[in-house]
Formats: sequence, structure tokens, C-alpha cells
Amino acid sequence: MIVQQIVKFIVKKGIKLVSLLIVVSVFSYLLLSYSPIDPVQSYIGADMTRVGPEQRAAIAEYWGLNEPIVDRLASWGLSLLQGDFGTSAIYRAPVLHVIGERFLASLTLMGLAWILSGLVGFVIGIIAGIKQGTWVDKLLKGYCYLLASTPTFWLGLMMLMLFSVWLGWFPIGLASPAGILAEDVSISDKLNHLILPVLTLSIIGVSNIALHTRQKLIDTYNSDFIRYAVAKGIKGHALLFRHALRNISLPAISLHFASFGEIFGGAILAEQVFSYPGLGQAVVQAGLNGDVPLLLGIVLFSTIFVFFGNTLADVLYVVVDPRIRREDSI
Amino acid sequence: MSKILPLSKRQRVIVSILFSVLILAAIIVTGSLIGEERMAIQLASKHQAPSLEHPFGTDWLGRDMLVRTVKGLTISMGIGVLAAFASTIIAFALSILSILNKTLDRMVTSLIDLFLSVPHIVMLLLLSFVFGGGYKGVIIGLSLTHWPSLTRLLRSELLQIKSKEFVTISYRLGKKKLWIIMHHFIPHVLPQMFVGFLLLFPHAILHEAAITFLGFGLPPEQPAIGIILAESMRYLSVGMWWLALFPGFSLVIMVTLFDALGKNLRVFIDPFHS
Repeated sequence: MIVQQIVKFIVKKGIKLVSLLIVVSVFSYLLLSYSPIDPVQSYIGADMTRVGPEQRAAIAEYWGLNEPIVDRLASWGLSLLQGDFGTSAIYRAPVLHVIGERFLASLTLMGLAWILSGLVGFVIGIIAGIKQGTWVDKLLKGYCYLLASTPTFWLGLMMLMLFSVWLGWFPIGLASPAGILAEDVSISDKLNHLILPVLTLSIIGVSNIALHTRQKLIDTYNSDFIRYAVAKGIKGHALLFRHALRNISLPAISLHFASFGEIFGGAILAEQVFSYPGLGQAVVQAGLNGDVPLLLGIVLFSTIFVFFGNTLADVLYVVVDPRIRREDSI
Repeated sequence: MSKILPLSKRQRVIVSILFSVLILAAIIVTGSLIGEERMAIQLASKHQAPSLEHPFGTDWLGRDMLVRTVKGLTISMGIGVLAAFASTIIAFALSILSILNKTLDRMVTSLIDLFLSVPHIVMLLLLSFVFGGGYKGVIIGLSLTHWPSLTRLLRSELLQIKSKEFVTISYRLGKKKLWIIMHHFIPHVLPQMFVGFLLLFPHAILHEAAITFLGFGLPPEQPAIGIILAESMRYLSVGMWWLALFPGFSLVIMVTLFDALGKNLRVFIDPFHS
């Protein structure tokens, strides 16, 4: 019975993901093919003066740029299915390879920031919720609202200024020290270069989860079962841990899983500020230099990433909350 | 505050609305009064730390940073207005479409899902790349990516109104769909649309700054906040902290004011809803 449900769930999500990917790839392919960027031009780049019009026409012919858009889209889709995302023009390597390598770096950054911001945000939310109406609550709430209006990249700049330039605690950029071979980079070096971007992303990420948790806790404290518990004489920590925490943790976790898109966006900005060689930096370079295959690849990849987060959020609801675990709800 | 000034909650909301409007209006007025000559290059006074004469300091070309910041905020606001307005129009049109019939509704909801399934900044980057960057790219990109959440809100609001009794009675009385939309639907969602428009503002401004910072937005000769901050990165390591601190902080203040204005107006228009 349960196995059947799980299979049904996976099949359903799989179909959804595939159709989503098809729509997103067709959509972004069509958009990009109408962009003013000339693919031949961006391929030739600096050698423009040495390449004559006949050679350009030959390149366009070789790439099949003269064929109708539907044919090009179809052949692109076919090679996608075979796992061929094309070659990145700026990194001179297969797109999938670039994405894989860069994503590992980004994943460390995003993962750490995601966990840190989730934990801290949850605690801040609980404190603000318990102290509702006091100056502690007002302070925390104001702080969260201010953070919500703070651009990630500006906060990154401020951190860089304070900790790297002024105090000299951390290096200014890059994921590892310059001039050292990749094998020789120690873990402490890597950590040292990670701390500031992770902190920046976490500080910004706290706001949403804290405000949500605070509101949920206040709602829960106003509900009947809490009133009953209070009437029985339960208060303080026992009330929070035994009664309220279960009710507020699930929505918070699930909200946090659904925020993969935001953290991806934040990582793009943070990586730019700290010149951290991750996926975010790659997508910016791809856009600035007209590297269409890489841009398309990252758009598709980030879609999968967000979908993965949303699906996990759904799964958590079903697994953790027995009330939702009914046949019709999956 | 409530002890010093004995005001009711409504009065306090009005006061903070007025406060936000006043400051934002001041930024717009000063920003549009600043001419080109105030931002001229004065190499004699380059690299100056904040002083009474230049409260925000000067950059490597001797331009006064306060003047550039205010001008940049005005530019951001202008783009924010345009983009938020366009997004609101899109959201309104789509939400009306979605209540017309089931097929259209399904199309609108899947369009919303499509736009929400790609990270916002990636979508923005893609669109502004496709439309060639610059003013055009940014405005089109911002307008095309900020409508989904508002559309969702308006759609659910309209769906509720659609099942209300007075609307069904209108149908029974033989009123045309267009008449019902004009007389029942639109008047009901207008206030929400207005507040939604105001609350889109901070998002649009922040995203404009972000995309400009990444190099996809406004051209580098504009004193947009994103440009100023991207430029400041080159001078951070030599300790010119004022280039990044003040412009960015002014942006935070402006966005916070807009956010507060939108939220207060929502309380003011619809005190029982929020």
C-alpha cells in the first residue's frame, strides 16, 4: 500500500519535472534565438578582423543557423536527451562538465548558508514570538524587516570591507589562495575563503524564516490546545518544547526547502562579490560574454535545483505530518 | 511613541504613511533637480573621505557621492515605477483571464508555475540578456518577472468574488460578462492592486540594483546604485569605504520606506484583513 503510494508519488513528480524541463527549455531557447546576440560573432570574438564574411557564412552553415527554428530546436532537444549540452565558449569545456564542477563549489556555499540561516532564523523567530510585543520582539522584527530590504551584494561588500580590508581576518576573494595548486589547498584555506560568503548569505536568509516562525508561534500560542495546556498549569519551556515546537517546526522546514530559488539567486550575487568560482559566477560570465550553451545549461540546471527543493518540501509534509498522509492528498 | 503622542492605531498609520511619502518625495524632487554640472568631473578633489563639503565623500574622478547617490536613487525609483506598473497590469490582465473559463485558468496557473520554477535572478538575467541589456533589457526583464505572486493573489481574490451571491444574481439577471467584470470584479480588486503595486516596488528596485551590479543592467555612465557599488569594489582594498557604505545604505533606507508605505497603506485600506 505504502510502496504503491510512493511509486505513484515519484511517477507523478517525474512527469511534472520532465514536462517542466521541456517547457523551460523550449521557452528559453526561443527567447535566446531571438536575442540580438549574433552567435557567430560571439564565437569569433577578438578574431573578428581575421575572419571574412565567407568564413562567417561557412560557420553559420556548419552550425545550421540557416535552418528553420523548429528544426534547430528539435536537434538541440535531441542532443540534450543524449546528454550533450554543447560546449561552453568561455571555458572551452563541455557544459555539463563546467556545471558539475562549479556546482560542487556552490553547493558547499549554499548548503552551509542554508543550514545556518535555517537554524538561526528559527531560533530568532521563536524568541521574537515568545516575547511578542516586548522590545526584544520589536528589535528582532525590525532587524528582519531591514534585512529583507538589504541587497545581498551590498551586505557582502560591507563584510568584505569590515573583515577583510579593515580587520584583515579573511582573504579578499576566490575559493582558494592564488598561486597554489588545487591539490595543495588545505581544508582550512578553503574554509577561510568560505566563511564570509556563507555568513553574508546566512544573514540575509535569516529574515524570511524568522518572520514566518514568529507569526506561526504567535498563532499557535493563541490556539485552543495551548490554552488548555496553560490552564493545566504548563508554562515556559515545557509549553514550548512539548506543545508548540512540533507545530511550528514543520512549516518552517518546508518553507526553508521551498527557498532554494532564493538561495541560488543570493549565491549568484555573493559569488560575484567574493569572486568565488561557483555556478553563480559562471552564469554571470556566460551572460556577459554571450556563452549561450552554458547559459541555457545553467537555466535548466537551476530549474531542476528549485524543483528538487520544492519536492522535498512536499515529501516532508507527507512523511512528517500524519494528518496529511491520506490517499487523496498525495 | 504611544505614550508621548496619544494617537490611535489608525492615526499612527497615517503619520507613518505621511512620513514615508514626505521623504520619498524629497528624494524625487532633489534627484530631478540635480543637473549634469553637479556630477561633473573635478579631479582636484578626487578620493576625498566624507567631510562637511562632501558628506558622502568623492570618487576617483572627484564626483560628489551624495549627488550621485541621490541621482541614482531617483533613477532606481523611476525604473521601479515603470516595472512595477507594467507587472501590475500583467497581473491584472492575467487574473481577469483566469476567471473567464477553466482552460484559460489552467494556462494562467501553469504560466505562474513556469515563472516561479526558475530562480528569479536567473530569469531576470536571461530576459535582460535576451533584450540586449541597458534600460530596455532591465525594464522588460523586471516587468516580466514580478507579476506571478500578485497574479496569484488577485486570482484567488477574484475567484472568491465570483462565487459571491451578488455576482450570481447579476448573471441570472442576464448581465454580460464584461459588465460584471467592470462593475463587480474590478472595483473589488482595485485597492489590492494598488497595494500590490506599491509592494512590488521594493522588489523591483532591489532586483534592478542587483542585475545592474552584475553588469546586465543600466549602462556604466549612469549613476545607478548598482553601478556605483560595482565601481566601489575596485577601491575597497585601498580602504575607500565610503564609496560602498553610503550609497548602499541609502538604497536600504529607500527600499525600507517603500516597504513600510505599502504595508501601512494595506492596513489603512483594509484594517481587518491583515
